[in-house]
Amino acid sequence: MKNWRNHLGLIVPLLVVVGLALWPALTDSVSNRENAFTILKAIALASSLNILLGYTGYVSFGHIVFFGFGGYVGLYFLNEQGWSIWTSLVIAGISSGVLAYLLGKAILRLRGAYFALATIGINEAVKAFVNNFDLFGGPIGMTLNFKVYKEYGGAAEALSMAFYIMAGLAIAAIIVSYLVRISKFGLGLLAIRENEDAAEVMGVVAPNAKTWAYVLSAIIPGMVGVLFFFKNGNVEPHGAFPLHASIELLVMVMLGGQGTVLGPILGAFAYQGMRGYLVTSDFFKDIQLSVSGAILLIIVLFIPAGAVGWLRHRFAPLRRILP
Amino acid sequence: MTPLLSVEGVTKRFGGLQALTQVTFDLPEGQIMGLIGPNGAGKTTLFNCINGVYAPEVGRVRFIGEDVTASKTYAMAKRGLARTHQIVQPLEELTVRENVIAGACFGRENHSLSSAHDIAEEVMEFVRLDGRADQLAASLNIAQKKRLEMARALAARPYLLLLDEVLAGLNPSEIGAMVDIVKKIRDRGITIIMIEHVMKAVMNVSDRMIVLDYGQQIAEGTPEEIANNPQVIEAYLGDPELAKKLMGEE
Amino acid sequence: MQELSLLLASLPDGVLLGFVYGVAAMGLTLIWGVMDVINLAHGPIISLGMFGTFFIFIKMGINPYLGLIPIAILGLLLGVVIYFVAVHRIINAPHLSSLLATFSVNMIIIGLATAALTTSPYNVDFNMGSFDLGFTTILGTRLIAAIIAILVTGGLYFFLYKTRPGKYVRAVTNNRAAAELMGVPSTRILALSFGLGTMLAAISGALIATFFPFSILSGGHYELKSFVIGVLGGLGNPVGALYGGLILGVLEGIIPAFMETSWVPVIEFGLFVVILLVRPNGLFGAKE
Repeated sequence: MKNWRNHLGLIVPLLVVVGLALWPALTDSVSNRENAFTILKAIALASSLNILLGYTGYVSFGHIVFFGFGGYVGLYFLNEQGWSIWTSLVIAGISSGVLAYLLGKAILRLRGAYFALATIGINEAVKAFVNNFDLFGGPIGMTLNFKVYKEYGGAAEALSMAFYIMAGLAIAAIIVSYLVRISKFGLGLLAIRENEDAAEVMGVVAPNAKTWAYVLSAIIPGMVGVLFFFKNGNVEPHGAFPLHASIELLVMVMLGGQGTVLGPILGAFAYQGMRGYLVTSDFFKDIQLSVSGAILLIIVLFIPAGAVGWLRHRFAPLRRILP
Repeated sequence: MTPLLSVEGVTKRFGGLQALTQVTFDLPEGQIMGLIGPNGAGKTTLFNCINGVYAPEVGRVRFIGEDVTASKTYAMAKRGLARTHQIVQPLEELTVRENVIAGACFGRENHSLSSAHDIAEEVMEFVRLDGRADQLAASLNIAQKKRLEMARALAARPYLLLLDEVLAGLNPSEIGAMVDIVKKIRDRGITIIMIEHVMKAVMNVSDRMIVLDYGQQIAEGTPEEIANNPQVIEAYLGDPELAKKLMGEE
Repeated sequence: MQELSLLLASLPDGVLLGFVYGVAAMGLTLIWGVMDVINLAHGPIISLGMFGTFFIFIKMGINPYLGLIPIAILGLLLGVVIYFVAVHRIINAPHLSSLLATFSVNMIIIGLATAALTTSPYNVDFNMGSFDLGFTTILGTRLIAAIIAILVTGGLYFFLYKTRPGKYVRAVTNNRAAAELMGVPSTRILALSFGLGTMLAAISGALIATFFPFSILSGGHYELKSFVIGVLGGLGNPVGALYGGLILGVLEGIIPAFMETSWVPVIEFGLFVVILLVRPNGLFGAKE
């Protein structure tokens, strides 16, 4: 693998995630596993959002809709139709992808703030729709039949399995993010981000490129959704489409550095780590949202390129390993 | 021989403003055509109608024999049309090299990243930006950004290159260097239309010229003919003596 | 026929609520119009207005409608502070920056308020009687709030078109660079405009508090409504926001006559997305 130096941009993030995945087993701690699960989930979601936000430059405030929608569809088939977790993952990813394709055709021609508002509207509309959709349990949602866990060897085994699947999804998200970044498709996305009109004059078929970016950014979140609801044992509309979680994803991507592969990962780590600390600290518990808000404000005002972005600007040689 | 580009009766309106009226000309392959006229005459609007930014209300645009009126800009790029802009549009957060590679990847020849890489090397050397290949486009000065825009357009190996005021804002030595580049591009077989205000330069490099005033084509011909055309002189050059001076001062 | 009577019964209430929604949306759309910023702190400020009424009426025993005056002033000042702290530095940056900056202010306010006030519901039990119209009853609180909303709208119109600072606001909205060249102190005007927007949000919250119970999170609900109304009416168009508010109020009144109330958000947000796609300038024309 004499080419490995060229792919440091992928290897470093992968090592971080693999380390995180092994940490609970090495320390033999269930609470570590819970923490790691949350961080891995954040990494998978943030890296996926990065494809749309960081590479293509389209700000989605309602990206969590794919987590919720794919999750709902997947859990429906898992719980009501008796599918296995594996096929449910697949259908979750596909349904999120299809939703993204259809939505993308409609809203990707909006620019800037109008696009952001449209994504919020869509998240609320889908949430409200699911609330009324009896097949998905309406406002009560769906509760997982406990016997589903038995198929995987009982609740404890099922949760452990879910953890490793989440790690797998995080790894998949990073690989996809990297492959897009170094591909010709990814270059087209970056061109769109920098100047969409100039990119089209150059020959980038922007409408298609944006749609595929949107689809790619939606698939893994859908799978993360069904896995999360499987682990939690239930899903209901309010918890499936939380707007604030959508914004937290944005914060993670911005914090670490949008448009880079490692950025969302660092951002996810930092943000979840900070939240974890704030929630358990007596002093900060109640105002943790304020502290997060203050940190976000400082970043937006003073380090808009995020941690990795700042490093890339400042130290040109680092650009090779921090794509 | 079908002309490379055929503009037939192109008319463009913006609400009440008549930006272009019945502009018509043929452009054979291998020529450099100069497009001049006072500010607001419609020159950039004409470019926009040719490369797909606008659709003309009336008229046709034919490129390599095919009717391309109102095509999308990316479709025109794939057909072999490239352009630079009056206000440069670099991809700021990408390096010079990445900018040029992008030009090669998405243009007519649809290169992969690796072959685009090789083309980019060659083109950057041609415009003398190879020393800055790994600098961010945002860090270049205006003259360098103009050369970058040119390089990006050339990397697509177009049949027709539309240059919009590539000399604006350059000092005399930079102008000389850019004119050399334009001539070398033509020598490679690329057809060029140049919008310019720097009279001396464009008159010396063009094979043919077209003059627009208030959206209308008021003259067409060789630089000598244009310089002596009374309508042009009145609308644009102002001073009849100036024309003679410019031509004599070769 | 039963639907019709149900419709007529809920229509007046919807219209009156619509006026108040309109004032809320005006706050959002004004800021957007003047400086191209979508104030994502809009919701919490509405909530603060609600709490303002609570404290003034319940804790201090002052009539809530008199309380509007200090609430309005505080809302204005808060907006000016938010402008200088969070917005001024990035006023010319891409949209994402201002979206995130105002959202961080949202988070800060909610965090502090949750710590101080918790998220449990509060109630302002304020009775202004009711009027029997035969086919329906109108609550006094609704009627007075609607009247106040109309007065506030008139006040805003007067300010924008008949006073010097108002002219400056319109100049900056139209073309900030040109206004600066003509001597308009744009930074102060931007801060003032932001403050006006938050003032309207606070006033609307103060009025809504006389209708329903609320918590610090309630404002978010009306923030979403303000987006819908703002886009319906045309972003940047304050009068459009009022019309948009009325339309939304009417829709909210009518829809439950034909289907489950829980479908209202689906229709609202569906309409929102459709307008963004089909007529992004809204029904009454956005700022150019």
